Amino acid sequence: MANPSGTGSELPAVSEGNLHLVTSPHVHFGWSTARIMWLVTAALLPCLAVAVYHFGPGVLAPVAGAIVGAVGTEWVLNRASRRPDTVGDGSAFLTGLLLGMIVPPGFSPVHAALGGVVAIGLGKAVFGGLGHNTFNPALVGRAFLQASFPAGMTDWSTAVARVDAVSRATPLGLLKFGDPSQFPADLATERLLAGNIGGCIGETSAAAILLGGVILVATRIASWHIIVSMLAGGALFGGLFHLAGVGPSPLFHLLSGGFLFGAVFMATDYVSSPLTHRGQWIFGLGIALLTIMIRLFGGLPEGVMYAILLANAAVPLINRATRPTIYGAKR
Amino acid sequence: MPLRSFRGGVHPPEHKELTEHKALELMPVPAEIFVPMGQHLGKPASPLVKKGDYVRQGQVLAAAAGFISAPVHSPVSGKVVKLVKGPVVGGTTADMLVVQPGEPDPLPADKVAEGAAPPTSAPLLLPPLDLNTVTGPEIIERVREAGIVGQGGAAFPTAVKLSPPADKPIDWMIINGAECEPYLTRDYRLMLERPDDIVEGILLIGRTLGENVNLGIGIENNKPEAIRVMREAIVKRQAAIRVFELKTKYPQGGEKMLIDAAVGRKVPPGALPMEVGCVIQNVGTALAIRDAVILGEVPRTAVLTVSGLGVKEPKNLQVTIGTPLRDVIAFCGGATADARRVVVGGPMMGFAAYSLDAPVVKATSGILVLSERELKEPPETTCLNCGKCAEACPVNLLPSRLARLAELQRWEAARDLGIEVCMECGTCAFTCPARKPLVQYLRLGKKNVRNLPRKER
Repeated sequence: MANPSGTGSELPAVSEGNLHLVTSPHVHFGWSTARIMWLVTAALLPCLAVAVYHFGPGVLAPVAGAIVGAVGTEWVLNRASRRPDTVGDGSAFLTGLLLGMIVPPGFSPVHAALGGVVAIGLGKAVFGGLGHNTFNPALVGRAFLQASFPAGMTDWSTAVARVDAVSRATPLGLLKFGDPSQFPADLATERLLAGNIGGCIGETSAAAILLGGVILVATRIASWHIIVSMLAGGALFGGLFHLAGVGPSPLFHLLSGGFLFGAVFMATDYVSSPLTHRGQWIFGLGIALLTIMIRLFGGLPEGVMYAILLANAAVPLINRATRPTIYGAKR
Repeated sequence: MPLRSFRGGVHPPEHKELTEHKALELMPVPAEIFVPMGQHLGKPASPLVKKGDYVRQGQVLAAAAGFISAPVHSPVSGKVVKLVKGPVVGGTTADMLVVQPGEPDPLPADKVAEGAAPPTSAPLLLPPLDLNTVTGPEIIERVREAGIVGQGGAAFPTAVKLSPPADKPIDWMIINGAECEPYLTRDYRLMLERPDDIVEGILLIGRTLGENVNLGIGIENNKPEAIRVMREAIVKRQAAIRVFELKTKYPQGGEKMLIDAAVGRKVPPGALPMEVGCVIQNVGTALAIRDAVILGEVPRTAVLTVSGLGVKEPKNLQVTIGTPLRDVIAFCGGATADARRVVVGGPMMGFAAYSLDAPVVKATSGILVLSERELKEPPETTCLNCGKCAEACPVNLLPSRLARLAELQRWEAARDLGIEVCMECGTCAFTCPARKPLVQYLRLGKKNVRNLPRKER
């Protein structure tokens, strides 16, 4: 009948003074915000590597500029508002990297840094920081650059010089403004896949983007619903117009410009995309439709950026309309 | 055929290997036990004994206080030292009797001369009933008398659960052998070690629910041994009990998820399983019922798993009710140097103990000593809106949204989004990369929604 523990007090590590008191659950999947951000960063490396291969190490300058602008702004704003430092969560770095990947290869690093400042300052911080922004911050930065430096944002000469392209423009530029006789060489699917075409740093090689997409989906970071719905939408809407005699083949739509990059890396941004799978399908299809409409009927050769930003604005509405039915409840 | 399951859920590391091969072991009675009056959901029992009284094992210490309540019996023979307010699991204190196990004082010489019977410490049992002839009402009465409570976690008085209103006919009684909480292997060991008794328990429960009730037991497929052993026991007995092999996924053992997986019915929000003609009982409850009916036993011990990387010798134990957590951990070799948290129950839904003086009660299913190695905790960030919580929520809520509403104290909005349906299974917080304490917010929200004036309709 004796106390089996002897004295009963030999539990140095779990004495009352230092017992952890928290609510359940007491175990965790193991992920953190920082881990997700750095994994997405890693998934972007194939795109960056292909860009360096095709366009030379010079492309690293605008990428670095955008990152410095974004991370620096995050740090300064945290300091100024006396908030805890959030640079370590990797989200500002990722925003900078994403922005750097969607400017032309010869873009000014200083301008890219300005884009990074706007991406974090206007795209994220004014909304209340990570998790509170309505729009994809990197795309906000790019929209600013497109408006402020239109010449730089459409200057593909660096790219064209390096890849020895026949063209003087991007495939989509050719489609919009170019000489149809130059189409065959530049529109070849192999070139779109490999990336030896004119285009933004990270957007040229469809193969590298797809590799990044496989990484994101395999690690269950990105929702495949957004990627697949956007690609399916591109094929569907592009295909319908193509059948009606308007515009290029649906495959061209998917592989050219920023479509793939947008589907894999931009539309999948957690903060600015819908919560539920149903909402994500609506979101992806909507972006695809807007993109095709802008490409075929708008004043710009490319429409992915504005399509995603417009869809971002619709996310609260989509979330409201696709709220899941509570388990066991009647619809 | 695809394995039976439900939508959503998560796959936490199981860690069952720490204890699954360890047979149940009887822990000796400690020097003092602390028997709370409220070991069940509902009103605490009212004490019938006072300080200085000698009580026998199995003697009623406190009577049920109303319909949703349960009596408490003495786990040991010994002397009532005092009635105190002591710490219990869940962060509060409660009335409890402190009993010092021991032999009764011998009779004074004059009483012996008068021929009075000498006092004894032998257990006081209820009269055993015959398995073949006992009737449903007799079984329910015995369950009530023995103070049996659900072993699945909520400790709801079992007799109440076995008495559904007449307008809710029951056609399925399913035993919950899912044991989906990581670490816990208590139900697994019970199924391996006492399969025949479990079958008898199932048959007895079935008898309380009428002629037309179908019987089943649901077991996750990470326990193939238990599935095999239970099937054999059922065949041996020629009992009409169906074994449902369930996909291993948390929270497969939630009542709603188990019913969905086994018979494909969905319990509506706010309703009990009887709404869809089902009653769920835990493996341990079935055994307690069987022992109460056939042996006349009352709950004097709790069967539980002691595990976690923070305890030196993880075990499956049969522990005297009222034993302080401290003694149980010490019996398992004590805690390691990096032990940081003691959890009573499973790691997904269990409570962190604030005092190791809190006692083991009827429904205690596990004591986990978690170490720093298991509690990797990077800092919380703001919600990323990633939707992983919504994807995992087994009852289709939007946990991140509800947590935000609770944070903003918008209780009406939280109610309208169904916060009361939340069963606090912890799936959302388990999966949240931002490490938001979602369950904490949901609990806060539920508590405040309950306090709202009733919605006018």
